[in-house]
Amino acid sequence: DGTSCVSVCARCLAKSDGVISIQDNRISIWSVGDLGNVGLNGEYQGEPQLLCDIRHNGDVMDMQFLDQERIVVASSTGNVTIFRHHQNNQTLSANQRWEKAHYHVDRDASCGGAACTGVICSNPEIVTVGEDGRINLFRADQKDAVRTIDNADSSTLHAVTFLRTTEILTVNSIGQLKIWDLRQQRNEPSQIFSLTGDRVPLHCVDRHPNQQHIVATGGQDGMLSIWDIRQGTMPVSLLNAHEAEMWEVHFHPSNPDHLFTCSEDGSLWHWDTSTSVSEKPSFLHQGGRSTTYFSHNTINQSVVSAWLSNDPTKDRMEITNLIPNQTLSVNSLDILGPCLVYGTDAEAIYVNRHLFA
Amino acid sequence: VHRRKKLSCDPEYVNKAHKEGRFLSPPVSGRPSSSCVFVVRKDQDIYIQTLRKLFNESHGIFIGLQRSEEEFAGKSRKTQLVQVSKNYRSVIRACMEDMHQAAVSARDPALHSQYSTQVSILSAMELIWNLCEILFVEAAVAGPLLLRLLDWVRLHVCDVDNMVREVLSSENPSKHELFWNVVDVFVLQGRMDEARHLLSKEASANPTSVNMCRILDDLMKKMPVPSLGNTQTLTEMELKWQHWHEECQRYLQDGTFASNSHMESICKILLGDENAILEKKELMTTWYHFLVTRLLYSHPTVKPMELRFYAQSSMDLFLGGESSPEPLDTILMAAFEFELHQVIKECSIALSNWWFVAHLTDLLDHCKLLQSHNLYFGSNMREFLLLEYASGLFSHYSLWQLGVDYFDHCPEYGRVYLELHIERIPLNTEQKALKVLRICEQRQMHEQVRSICKIMAMKALRNNRLGSALSWSIRAKDAAFATLISDRFLKDYCEKGCFSDLDLIDNLGPSMLLSDRLTFLGKYREFHRLYGEKRFSEAAKLLLMLMTAHIAPCSFWMTLLTDALPLLEQKEVIFSAEQTYELMRCLEDLTAGKSDKQKFQDDDVETMKVEMLRLALARNLARVIVKEGTLEGS
Repeated sequence: DGTSCVSVCARCLAKSDGVISIQDNRISIWSVGDLGNVGLNGEYQGEPQLLCDIRHNGDVMDMQFLDQERIVVASSTGNVTIFRHHQNNQTLSANQRWEKAHYHVDRDASCGGAACTGVICSNPEIVTVGEDGRINLFRADQKDAVRTIDNADSSTLHAVTFLRTTEILTVNSIGQLKIWDLRQQRNEPSQIFSLTGDRVPLHCVDRHPNQQHIVATGGQDGMLSIWDIRQGTMPVSLLNAHEAEMWEVHFHPSNPDHLFTCSEDGSLWHWDTSTSVSEKPSFLHQGGRSTTYFSHNTINQSVVSAWLSNDPTKDRMEITNLIPNQTLSVNSLDILGPCLVYGTDAEAIYVNRHLFA
Repeated sequence: VHRRKKLSCDPEYVNKAHKEGRFLSPPVSGRPSSSCVFVVRKDQDIYIQTLRKLFNESHGIFIGLQRSEEEFAGKSRKTQLVQVSKNYRSVIRACMEDMHQAAVSARDPALHSQYSTQVSILSAMELIWNLCEILFVEAAVAGPLLLRLLDWVRLHVCDVDNMVREVLSSENPSKHELFWNVVDVFVLQGRMDEARHLLSKEASANPTSVNMCRILDDLMKKMPVPSLGNTQTLTEMELKWQHWHEECQRYLQDGTFASNSHMESICKILLGDENAILEKKELMTTWYHFLVTRLLYSHPTVKPMELRFYAQSSMDLFLGGESSPEPLDTILMAAFEFELHQVIKECSIALSNWWFVAHLTDLLDHCKLLQSHNLYFGSNMREFLLLEYASGLFSHYSLWQLGVDYFDHCPEYGRVYLELHIERIPLNTEQKALKVLRICEQRQMHEQVRSICKIMAMKALRNNRLGSALSWSIRAKDAAFATLISDRFLKDYCEKGCFSDLDLIDNLGPSMLLSDRLTFLGKYREFHRLYGEKRFSEAAKLLLMLMTAHIAPCSFWMTLLTDALPLLEQKEVIFSAEQTYELMRCLEDLTAGKSDKQKFQDDDVETMKVEMLRLALARNLARVIVKEGTLEGS
């Protein structure tokens, strides 16, 4: 409902009014001007401009840019569609569609579709998951699915992301994080992780951009969990975050010491571990400097990531709520460079172009 | 914006019984009614795409207003409320802009006309709201009142803007045929500086009128106006004004402007001559413009309570019996008469949705202007209107979320309305159901939580998504449903001989305790796992415990005992004597429970099973007695 998904590409962002069945749902492309750079004459950027939009059948549950021009959209009807943005005449057109990629028992029944809840792309591969517990692997421009794992999960799969090029991570509504190896033919996950205590549903998942063993998930109770998938089957740390469902979690793609989460409770939190200085031995410092901060590149390689440290409070993680007057749910967010975009149930999108100012 | 703005230009809008839904037209007598199905829809307006911004933004303002506690008293509270009012108006204007853009770019003529109508309606709403803000929210006093009314008129009479622009941008404005019209417009609207600027152009273009222009310019410059600050009292101003008025009178009577009819009429206007002002009807276009002009030039220190007399006479004079007042006129008149309830009532009738009256009434209520006299069905007016508005929102697929907050701020019936509406929202994705659930949980609406979870769980069950169904029962803490799901699993097991969805059963965790049946399922699966790992004695203990602790349902005991068979048949002895006695007792309990008739109906397989069990148990007993009786070697 309201604005359900935002996805950022270098020059423009796609927003959709996620809504229900018969009504007017649209995918819209907006231009926010040059990201990170002030215009040539230092001109004021102004509001995002609507470039084009197109009707969409069903709620938009998730979407992602496949490349500069194509967007993959997951629908509540179970369809997965690729839309192409034609930049010369600023139009959107449906390029390819997989009908009822997700469905319950009877695919041919008129209401047989099951909502496709998550999509992730790594050009040209597209992986989708849905309420039917099914995982689909598609290839752009290929009509049939490359691979389908039926009944991969007995509950709803809420989100999917790539772990490595051939492995994916999924989270479901009984609190499990699963790794699937797509090279293997068997329809079983290669590893299953689960929360301790109550099996609270997990709604979102993201992997650290540089250190692939670090995974973050968000749950229905608003809890942020950090996992180290090299070891154990339980999360490394559980952080009490939001007061309601955490809808999305994202590591910043180029500054992974920063993490962003948004929730049904209307808040969007920025988790900043870049200032954390634990009692690390001095030989890990660069040269003879006794600095209180390190350049991000060196610290990621030589020091245990701040995300995995056992006591985040000791390590001075800064957490800020980026929304001053919260009312309705923040459904989706995306980040690129210094630009943060998020959408709310009040049918509004917000663009923050100076994240690290 | 049309002159004599109608609120509902489109007759279709007027005919739509907007509150009660459309009525079917009665069949013509004698002929059978046509066999059609009518789609009746309440609150059409909420489906207009461009109005969504209005609903969403005003929701934010509404919430902000409710949350702003009365920290401030007196003047700062009033400033705060005026700001809220201005915010609402700017949202209306923004919406008007969008609607106008949409109208301009619409290629379909029907759509174009619909959008244009909407623009008119929004414009009228802003006009009314603005007046209410001046008279009620800000409650402008004599002095500032006139200034505010002047602003109001200038903002809303835009018919003349094109003409003004045309004249001003022409090469020789004073030669333009509409030149004097524009000067008149400025004078009528009290825009003295602009009028003087044009007069100077006339003076430079026409040397013969230089003298007259100078005098007129001087009069305009000296005209006393009420001040906003406290620089002068009303009495002072009135005194100055009297002097100025007399000076104008002298110039007129001296025939100073006799040679130029335009300037003479302007002088008469300055003197507040009603006829002179009325001659310029076409330039004013509305009776309320006429009213404000009259007040400016005859009674600038008018008090709020005196407005009603001037308003009534202005309307009469202006319309002159040619036409009857339209809905907008009636509403504005009611406002000038300070009849708040009348304003709200007339607006409710004229407008096609509750948005306007609901928000305006709420704001007026915060200004403590509405007496809390109860309407005959119990709730006060503010609450009634908010309830109606929010109910309308609930029929919309996405705006229902706004409606929730409105219900929250209706103290008497809000909760009941919410409870009834929230259960009827169609839940076609899990995400939507989760949002609805969150709303219910935050308000301790436990009945609704249970009901929604049950619906979702049933749907999941029907689609064979057992894990999802279980997840919903856990959320609702619904033991009965968890039992149902467990029975389904067990049934599947009995039919197929193996468990489906092991990832779920193996991973129940603490939720296993939600229902006995679920606990049994989890433990039973554990038994199978122990057996698979060849941990026989642990498996045996568990199996026995399932029966003796009555965790297993009686119907399943036979299956459990049959599961015990391979354990009994193992080479090494697994069950101890004690345990074997227990097993035997269980078996006897089971068979004793059956009546003779049932025993007779039992087929051979059943009886054979029982026989085999008895034999196996006996054999085991024999072996174990021997084993236990033997002294253990070192």
